[in-house]
Parts: sequence; C-alpha cells; structure tokens
Amino acid sequence: MKKVMIGNHAVSWGVQRARAEVISAYPITPQTQIVEELSDMVADGRLPARYIKVESEHSAMAACIGAAAAGARTFTATSAQGLALMHELLHWAAGGRLPVVMADVNRAMAPGWTIWTDQNDSLSQRDTGWIQLYCETNQEVFDTTILSFRLAEAVELPVMLVLDAFFLSHTSEPVDLTEPAIVDGFLPRREAKLRLDPADPHSFGALVRPDAYMEMRWQQQEAMRQALDVLPAIEDEWHALTGRRYGALETYRTDGAELLLVTSGTITSTARHVVDERRARGEAIGLVKVKMFRPFPTDALRAALSGVDRVAVLDRNISPGHGGIFAEEIRSALYDVPPDDRPVLFGYVLGLGGRDVTPAVIESIVDRSLAAPSPEREDLWVGVEL
Amino acid sequence: MSQTIIKERIPHEDLLCSGHLACPGCAAPIAMNLVLKALGPQTVVTLPACCWSIIAGPWPQSSLRVPLFHTAFETAGAVASGIKAGLQARGDDETTVIAWAGDGGTFDIGLQALSGAAERNEDIIYFCYDNEAYMNTGIQRSSATPWGAWTTTTPAGQPEASPKKDIVSILAAHRIPYIATASVAYPVDLVEKVEKARTIRGTRFIHILAPCPPGWKTQNDESVDLARQAVQTRVFPLLEIENGTEWRFTMDHAGEPVAPYIRRQGRFRHLTDEQIEHIQADVDARWAQLQRRVVHGG
Repeated sequence: MKKVMIGNHAVSWGVQRARAEVISAYPITPQTQIVEELSDMVADGRLPARYIKVESEHSAMAACIGAAAAGARTFTATSAQGLALMHELLHWAAGGRLPVVMADVNRAMAPGWTIWTDQNDSLSQRDTGWIQLYCETNQEVFDTTILSFRLAEAVELPVMLVLDAFFLSHTSEPVDLTEPAIVDGFLPRREAKLRLDPADPHSFGALVRPDAYMEMRWQQQEAMRQALDVLPAIEDEWHALTGRRYGALETYRTDGAELLLVTSGTITSTARHVVDERRARGEAIGLVKVKMFRPFPTDALRAALSGVDRVAVLDRNISPGHGGIFAEEIRSALYDVPPDDRPVLFGYVLGLGGRDVTPAVIESIVDRSLAAPSPEREDLWVGVEL
Repeated sequence: MSQTIIKERIPHEDLLCSGHLACPGCAAPIAMNLVLKALGPQTVVTLPACCWSIIAGPWPQSSLRVPLFHTAFETAGAVASGIKAGLQARGDDETTVIAWAGDGGTFDIGLQALSGAAERNEDIIYFCYDNEAYMNTGIQRSSATPWGAWTTTTPAGQPEASPKKDIVSILAAHRIPYIATASVAYPVDLVEKVEKARTIRGTRFIHILAPCPPGWKTQNDESVDLARQAVQTRVFPLLEIENGTEWRFTMDHAGEPVAPYIRRQGRFRHLTDEQIEHIQADVDARWAQLQRRVVHGG
C-alpha cells in the first residue's frame, strides 16, 4: 500500500508495523508528529500498545528501559534538547543490553533557540553505545524503523534511527507501507533471552567490581561488531520481501571517480543531483552515503575511498575545537590505508542550524575540492559571513 | 505487641537472604524484609541509586529472591511504570511492581519521575525508606533531613536550616488511592499496610522511617527503638491516606516529649535546649495540622 506521508508519519507507520508493545514519549518539535500519530494508532486500536505519557524525555527513556527489561518491544522518539536530557539513560539502555528503538529527528542544539536541522544532537550521543542509522528518504525512514527493531533484538543493543528535521520530518513523499503479514514474518514477537520474571529471578545492573566491568564492555563492543554483519544479513531478507535495501554504506557512480563526496541524511539527495550533472558533463565525480555511523563501517569506507584522489566530506555538524565529525572519523579510518592509496580529504562544515544546502553550495564544494592542491585547514566552513 | 501476634500476622517466608551488605543496625533491610514478606515472591523490585544499591549485593550475587532492576538515581517512578507496562504487554497483569528508593531518590532527584507516575496513577507501589540524608555517599543533607541536624554538608556550626519536606502531603495532593507511613518498630502495622496496598490498583506510596546508626550517630542496637520513639513523639506519626483526602491515624501516639529522642542522637548533639523546644513546637504544630486533616479531611 502506497501512501503519501511526511517522514514523521513514516516512523509512526514503521512502529505500527513492528507492533511495538510499549511506547513512552514526551513532545518536542520537530518530532512531535511521530508520537501524535502513534497516540491515534493506539487510541483507535491500529496499534495495541501501552502508551506511557511521561513528564520528560528522561522519564520516556527510563520507562522504555523498564518495559524492555520486562521483555517488551519498546519505542520512543525525540530531538535535540530532549535527546540531550536522556543522555545518562542512553548509557543505561546500551549497557543494560536493552533493544530500545528510538527515532531522533535531527535538530540543532540551543542556544540560540533553533528547531532546524543539524546532526549535533545525535552525534553528541556517539559514545553511549547506541547503533545509529541515518536516513535519506521517507521510504528509507519507514524501512529503517522496522529494520531497527530486528537489528536491536538480534544484537541486544539499542538503535537510534535518525532523520533530518523538516527536510524529512515535515516533507511529504510516497511511502510503500509493507503489508503487516510480511512484516510479521520478518519481525516476529520479541523473545528476550533474559527478562524480569518472578519465576526466574535475577538482578540486573548490580554493582560490578573492576574484575568484571571490562568484560561487560567487551561483550558490548563485540555486539557492535556483530551488528556490522547482521545489518546486511537482515537487509538481504528485507530486500527479498520488498525489493529495497540501503547498506551501511552506499556508493553512487563511484567508478573511476577522481573526487568522491561523502554525505549522510538528506544532503545525500542533493549531492546525487550534483553528481548526475557533473557526470553528464563528463566529470568523474561520485558519492558515498554513510547510513550507519555506529558501529562505524570502517572497512567498507576504506574499500570505497582507497585509491581515489580526493574525498570531500560534507558535515552538517561540528565538534567544537576539532572538525566535522564524519570527516574526523573518516580521516581516522584512512590512516591505515597505504599512503599511495590514501585520498586527500577535504572536511566541509555546512548547513548548521538548518541552513540550506543547495545544489549550488555542493557545486562550489566540488569546484573547491578539485582546484585546491590540499585543504587549507582541517575544517572548511562553508558560507560563513561575519 | 506480643510475640504470638507477630508470629501469626507476619508471613514466615524470607525473600531477603542473609549475607546482605547493610551496615550493622541498619533499619533498611528490616523494612525490605517485612515488605517482601507481605508482598510475596510475585514481585519485581525497581532500585534507583541508594544504600540498597549496595545492600542488594554486587554482581553476580543478589540478596533478594525476587527480580531486581537497578536503575539511575532519578528514575524509580518512570522505570517502575515501564516495567509494569512491559509485564502487562507480555500478558502478566498480576506481578506487583515496586519502586524501592531512599529519601534522596524520592524527596529530591527522583521527585519529578515520582510525581509523573503518581499523576498518571501508574499501577505500582512506591516505597521510600527514609534515613534522612544521603547516607550511601557519606551523610550529606537531603530535603528529608530534619531541621537542626548535623550532616557532612550541614556541619554543626551551620546545621540543617530547613524543615523536613512534607512528602506525604505532596503525594496526597496527587490524589493517589493509597498512602501510608510505616515503621520497622511496628512490624504488624507495616505488614498490614503493605498487604492492603497490594490489593489496591493504582499508585500507592509507603513512607518508612529507617534509622541509620552511622548517619544519626547512634548505637547499632538502637534503631528499632529509635523508630518506635519517632512514632511515640509524633515526629513520625503512623497514618493512612486514601484518595488524598481521607486521613487516618493507625496508632495511638503517646505524644512523648521529643527531647529524649533528639538527645540520644549524635547528629543533634550541638543543639541547645531552646533549639530542641523549637523542634517540639514544630512537631506540635504539624500534629495539630494532621489532626485537622483526620477530622475534617485533607
């Protein structure tokens, strides 16, 4: 069934198809329509779930953690300040190996107050132990919501699916809503290996001495590594059912490229357009889209970028005092590439706080990256006028 | 209270094991033991940061024979709400879900999540075992610390300057179906309140005073008697509140003078007779207010 819908509602429909059992959320722009639609779905019986309307995002994540520990499939959604408020409990969900799924609608952090998109909210949660998946289209948002539950429950780690404020959250696109029977076959009811069960009492999250703590973190790290293998396997299944797949990384028109753009989120769609234009003019420009940020697809990135002359990373985010976060991570991933195969990397910071990234902006980045012998600094800010 | 009545009225099955890690003389494990006796094994415990995070034992041990979920300091009300919803989603509507929090996790950092749970009337029992300061971190004042008390952050030269927060009235204002105060010195009263709470649906709140020898600067063998004296001096009256409005005492409170109760605790050693008279006047005023609520409704 195809419907035209905003990205936020694509999340809601994904949650409905996944048959989430406990939802807990707190309103924040630009996420709110996700949980409004879920409220309707719960109220009219389309989604037979418990919906806990809490007094803060912190409690939303706490309630999801409790419900997940009891064995239920759980979901919440947030943005920016709300995600930051959850920070402590993001560690709790991941350390507790609880497969909570959350949608984060990328919104820039205040101050000054802003509701527009950039990735600093989700990327600030990089080291909490959550899998992070960035989406480009509303169809991808719907699919990724369902894939997130399957992935989370397979590796017992929480998953954050991420979509850009307004460019996806409030923009309508056609979405093919996979039929419930198909999703049910792909994503059966959750069966937790361990849960709060009076018939089999265990203590969860107790004090851990130094002789055991590192082993717990090691297992968490191994689960992250496992997720790199699990994602393509479950995408194979999804592809067989729906004809759609995305990959941790997607390469687009990269054959023989002398310059590769690296993007995530909706900037990718604009960059595809620019690549097509340049290819039509005979220029060897290609694109790499990063969908999975944690675990970081290091090997796939090395394979995609090695041997290319130049790479331009487009970061809608900034690690103050360092650079664009994708660029810094990709630089790090390329360190082990032999020097002859290692591309020159241009790290562009752009689009913060929802500033438009138009085809013309990306054209200028292509020209600049082809003309300069090397980047004049680590972080190349685009369009700043003081 | 005769031994016979205690034996008849208090279930014999222990769900708290020996070998737990409480300090000698701690009232908190006595409270937990009585509560779990009353609730039975079909119970899940939500445990935010508090002394009990230690008492429950380090991994891979547990001093409880019921499932236990350790959680962040300020989250007991929300996590317990989620556990109940999760169990219900899995078809279990019978298991009793409790939150077991100290005074810091209830009066201070956890108040928001508790208020949220109470306002939604979540089907949980929230227990606060109150030792009147942050004892697990080494005796720092909380908003449950009584006026005049020494703690490591309210030194004797500048002791606690605020009266103890009236948590019971705050919960009563949420109009939840059941609230009670209870004492380890009156185990039958405590067990009966917990048994009654178990039969009620919605948010129930039970406040238990838990004397703390290292924090109160008292002897290890004094805790139960201090708890008794707190009741008899009307410092900690035993009562029930139904639906936020029907207030009722569950005990005759003798109205003993507070001075001996205060004087035997090292945390009040610096107080003058005049200051103790101030405490007495405050206890009397609160008692009068309670009596009005019992007679006229809250």
